[in-house]
Amino acid sequence: MAGLAEETAAAPQGAAASTPAIHTVELTKRFGSTVALAGLSMTVPRGEVFGFLGPNGAGKTTAVKLLLGLLAPTAGEAWVLGQRIGDLGTRRRIGYLPELFRYQSWLTAREVLAVHCELAPLPRSQWKDAIHGALEIVGLDERADDRVGTFSKGMQQRLGLGAALLGQPDLVFLDEPTSALDPVGRHDVRQVIRDLSSRGAAVFLNSHLLSEVEQVCDRVAVVDHGRVIASGTMNQLLSGSAVRVRVLDLDQAAKAKLTGFGPVDDEGDQLTFTELTPDRVPELVAQMVALGGRVYEVAPRHQTLEDRFLQLLHEDH
Amino acid sequence: MPPVLVIARLTVQEASRRRLLLALVILTLIVVGFSAWGFNKITTVTGRNGATLDHTQVQLISSQLLIVVTFMYSGVLALSAAVVAGPLISSEVESGLLLSVLARPVRRSEVVIGKWLGLAVLVAVYAGGSGFLEMAAVDWATGYVPPHPIELTLFVCAEGLALLSLGLVLSTRLSGITGGVIALVAWLMGWIGGVVGGIGTGLQNQAVENIGTISRLILPTDGLWRGAVYAMEPDAVIASLRLAGTLGRANPFSAVDPPPPAFLAWVVVWFALMLALSIWSFRTREI
Repeated sequence: MAGLAEETAAAPQGAAASTPAIHTVELTKRFGSTVALAGLSMTVPRGEVFGFLGPNGAGKTTAVKLLLGLLAPTAGEAWVLGQRIGDLGTRRRIGYLPELFRYQSWLTAREVLAVHCELAPLPRSQWKDAIHGALEIVGLDERADDRVGTFSKGMQQRLGLGAALLGQPDLVFLDEPTSALDPVGRHDVRQVIRDLSSRGAAVFLNSHLLSEVEQVCDRVAVVDHGRVIASGTMNQLLSGSAVRVRVLDLDQAAKAKLTGFGPVDDEGDQLTFTELTPDRVPELVAQMVALGGRVYEVAPRHQTLEDRFLQLLHEDH
Repeated sequence: MPPVLVIARLTVQEASRRRLLLALVILTLIVVGFSAWGFNKITTVTGRNGATLDHTQVQLISSQLLIVVTFMYSGVLALSAAVVAGPLISSEVESGLLLSVLARPVRRSEVVIGKWLGLAVLVAVYAGGSGFLEMAAVDWATGYVPPHPIELTLFVCAEGLALLSLGLVLSTRLSGITGGVIALVAWLMGWIGGVVGGIGTGLQNQAVENIGTISRLILPTDGLWRGAVYAMEPDAVIASLRLAGTLGRANPFSAVDPPPPAFLAWVVVWFALMLALSIWSFRTREI
């Protein structure tokens, strides 16, 4: 196997600025006989918040590691900030919060950030402000001089986010950035993402928290079994409508007779028809009543990302 | 500061903050204290006639005792280097700590060299510091100073560095415990290989002698140990070993000749190979 690329080609600034933040063509990764990513082709424009969605094991983290040059692709090509993946110089302009976040437990939070300033590398004159700013953004300014080993998981994830923000990167990869955070922390992360976007940075957000993605992302790709099964802007993806019905006394046999109304997300008494248009609602209710169901609530609504996500996975299987 | 030095600094800092250095310093001071007391006893021991040992006898016994004490130091150094180097990279890959580091403009070779460098500094400081303290204690207690103290320290240090280098190679692919145990067993096997080779020399059996030669080429720790032993032997001891002929070479705590220049050149090549192998292995590892 060839070594992982560590190139140092400098990007021409003018050309790089006009290129997408990320562009991949048939990017593929296999681990033995297991296909982790199967021909990923996508483009993430500069300054956009891109949501990369998928169930566990879909290949999301593999994609991020490929783009960062931590893994070598089996096939395909990819460019990050105008340079081929693995380019060492490009990493100066990238921030990364790994899914598996761990930092030197024997250092203080301030020291960890200083190490990242040094490795980034930032000019020494900027370290103090950069570290202070990062600590403030992630709410760790009062624990700056405590050892990381004393931090909770959530605080370590905040520290990782702070490290990813150092040096005002042009592209930030956030791999499940709120997995250890409480609701306040999740709100803060959404705000950080919006701030990044407003200053022109692109954000690649790996997540399976759909509500989170729905609130902050401009564009989304849904990946399953290593393949992108849908992608587009949020509006393009959520063009359909859905109907949620609360109905009692419908057994599985009766529910099976409702397949003519499209895919359904069955949560017991709550049935969500993820592709049903409002004009078919009276027909649906009549059918349920005819099958012995007692209908308590019918709520036609625009399709949520969760509806669309479940629908896409349903179609894919 | 270049990334390689940042990584080296972090390695030293970790050993310091995790109190590994403190533990080694305290243990070394205890050992030095005990050995100073023990060596001092040599000067007060009396024979059947009730007289204390003469200067030559004290020097001779001290030289042999110092070899045994140094063997313990080299063992501590080898054990520490193997145990610390074993998880040096693997534990940080497993925990995810290296993910955020390698996403920076840092080459994997810089991580490997930085870690080696950081640990090499610790090995060198420990070998130099403990060697100086022990020799000073023996000098104070008996007036004996080994004939080649600098060479002695360098050989013991190189032995630790060899274990560190082997542990680092293993650490790029295997878990910390597995790598540490393999490095330790390799060190012991190397020592036994040297003993077997010495017996082959004693018996003038070329095939058995080759076992020692080959084991020293694969892992040069025993050859380096013999270099340390030679540096501690007074001329009188070397002369008596030479008089004993080939049988004088069969003792693992003796050395009749200094390590040949070809072996020392091989040691330099061996270190370069180990470092190159570590870099290649880590560069091709997917994390």
